[in-house]
Amino acid sequence: MLRLLNIEFIKLWNNRASKVLILAYFILLSCIALISAIKFDFGFFRFHLAEQGIFNFPFIWHFNTYVAAALKFFLAIVIVSMMANEYSNKTIKQNLIDGLSKKEFILSKFLTVAAFALISTIFVFIISLILGYIFSSFTEASIVFSDLDYLFAFFIKLLGFFSFCLFLGILIKRSAFALGFLFVWYMVEGLARIVLNLWDKTTEYADTITQFFPLQSMSNLIKQPFSRLGAVKEMANQVGEQFDFDYAVHWYDIVIVLFWTTFFIVFSYKLLQKRDL
Amino acid sequence: MSTILTINNLTKKYGLLTAVKNLSFTIEKGNVYGILGPNGSGKSTTLGIALNVVNKTSGDFKWFDGKVTTHNALKKVGAIIERPNFYPYMTAYKNLELVCKIKGIDTSKILEKLELVDLIERKDSKFQTFSLGMKQRLAIASALLNDPEILILDEPTNGLDPQGIHKIRALIQQIASNGTTILLASHLLDEVEKVCTHVVVLRKGEKLYSGRVDEMISSHGFFELKSEDSAKLITFLEAHPSINKTVKKDDMVTAFLKEPLSASEFNKQLFNSGIFLSHLIMRKESLEEQFLKLTDNPSA
Repeated sequence: MLRLLNIEFIKLWNNRASKVLILAYFILLSCIALISAIKFDFGFFRFHLAEQGIFNFPFIWHFNTYVAAALKFFLAIVIVSMMANEYSNKTIKQNLIDGLSKKEFILSKFLTVAAFALISTIFVFIISLILGYIFSSFTEASIVFSDLDYLFAFFIKLLGFFSFCLFLGILIKRSAFALGFLFVWYMVEGLARIVLNLWDKTTEYADTITQFFPLQSMSNLIKQPFSRLGAVKEMANQVGEQFDFDYAVHWYDIVIVLFWTTFFIVFSYKLLQKRDL
Repeated sequence: MSTILTINNLTKKYGLLTAVKNLSFTIEKGNVYGILGPNGSGKSTTLGIALNVVNKTSGDFKWFDGKVTTHNALKKVGAIIERPNFYPYMTAYKNLELVCKIKGIDTSKILEKLELVDLIERKDSKFQTFSLGMKQRLAIASALLNDPEILILDEPTNGLDPQGIHKIRALIQQIASNGTTILLASHLLDEVEKVCTHVVVLRKGEKLYSGRVDEMISSHGFFELKSEDSAKLITFLEAHPSINKTVKKDDMVTAFLKEPLSASEFNKQLFNSGIFLSHLIMRKESLEEQFLKLTDNPSA
């Protein structure tokens, strides 16, 4: 396993574009901390975002994982091109001739993707922990380490998304087209939702069906945290709106995403097995 | 003698096209094999199947004694097929390091092999800056990293300039002289004739011949003769027991042998019969003539 990770690491780390993107990703992840610096000071109106409770434990787990997940597109580019380049450089052929089995090849890519997801999760955990201890109003261990299921959901979400990227890289073999396809797929899911809404006006109907789509299921894992913010809630109250939103991480969402992850990896392998290189 | 590769009734179809048809042959340790065939005769497909990158339609093949999986067997094989494929953004050294990791061997031999292919000075240059000849030599270095049981080369001199071709051929001969088994696919006959001991001839995916190179050139050769008295010469030749066929073209008479006969013995016989030659050359058919004869004849 280490051998396979080592092989992928050599391939990635010597590629300047990948190296820059990976570094940019982790630097931007650390920049979540900069949100704490957002301050407005207009005479009577003073607003300091960090004091609005976004860094309170355990809410911070929800908030930070949600924001950090938006950065996954940096790694998506790296992953799609790491797969598609093997085809365009024909190095996949040479790898197989040199004695890597097709299974090992897919496994090495999957392990890399899992490593990316795991490192991102650990990274977000550490940053959130630091930010939390600086800004949170509560620092009792029982509160700090509650709601950690958001971190688990974050890991699963990244794993699923990156596996999707991997699959597209193998399926389409060209990085630009694969990324294009990812975007088109995103639109397709959006359109499907609109069509379903036309069919039946209640959003529940569309929600029930779209929760099984790959991208929608990944986004369902961690729902938007903004309406949980104190300030936002207050504002909503003033206009007489009540949020009735379910923020929890659900086991069935995790199952759906894990299903898609398995599907993508198994079909990547089948595709590779079936194709002549 | 131990067997390295056995191919048994191998068939590969691409849709309606049959690229390889019922092909069987074996590769024994210590020989230098050539797979000869015009472009599109199934050479690369056959190698691709044995090397785990092309799926067979039917038949089977086994590496060594057939007890190891193909990908583990390939760790003891060195192969390059068609164009050299490396990571363009990595240096020669890094690329070879990666191959070592894949094959599960240590990196101690990289410098030695780069020395062998004369790329030691360029070891820290990126692969994308290499000329085709250098890329091809790097590919050979990479194939030799594990001191393989067999070296498989597919059209190694394709697209190279004369110096490049010469360098690669000298390298192949040097490797062969060290006792490494080599399988060389090529459509260039003199290449095969120069380095190979055994040959498999393919046409449209079918095996036309397999065996020793010198047995393929099975004829005993022919004489090219000129004499002032052609008529007498021809009469003599037609009556000669060792001569198969006589052809006269302009004033040159070509006599094909059906059994071995030395030029000096032949000259003596002519002299004793009172025929005096102005021109005598003994020649053997080249592999090229033999190959064209084999591949041109559709019923062969």
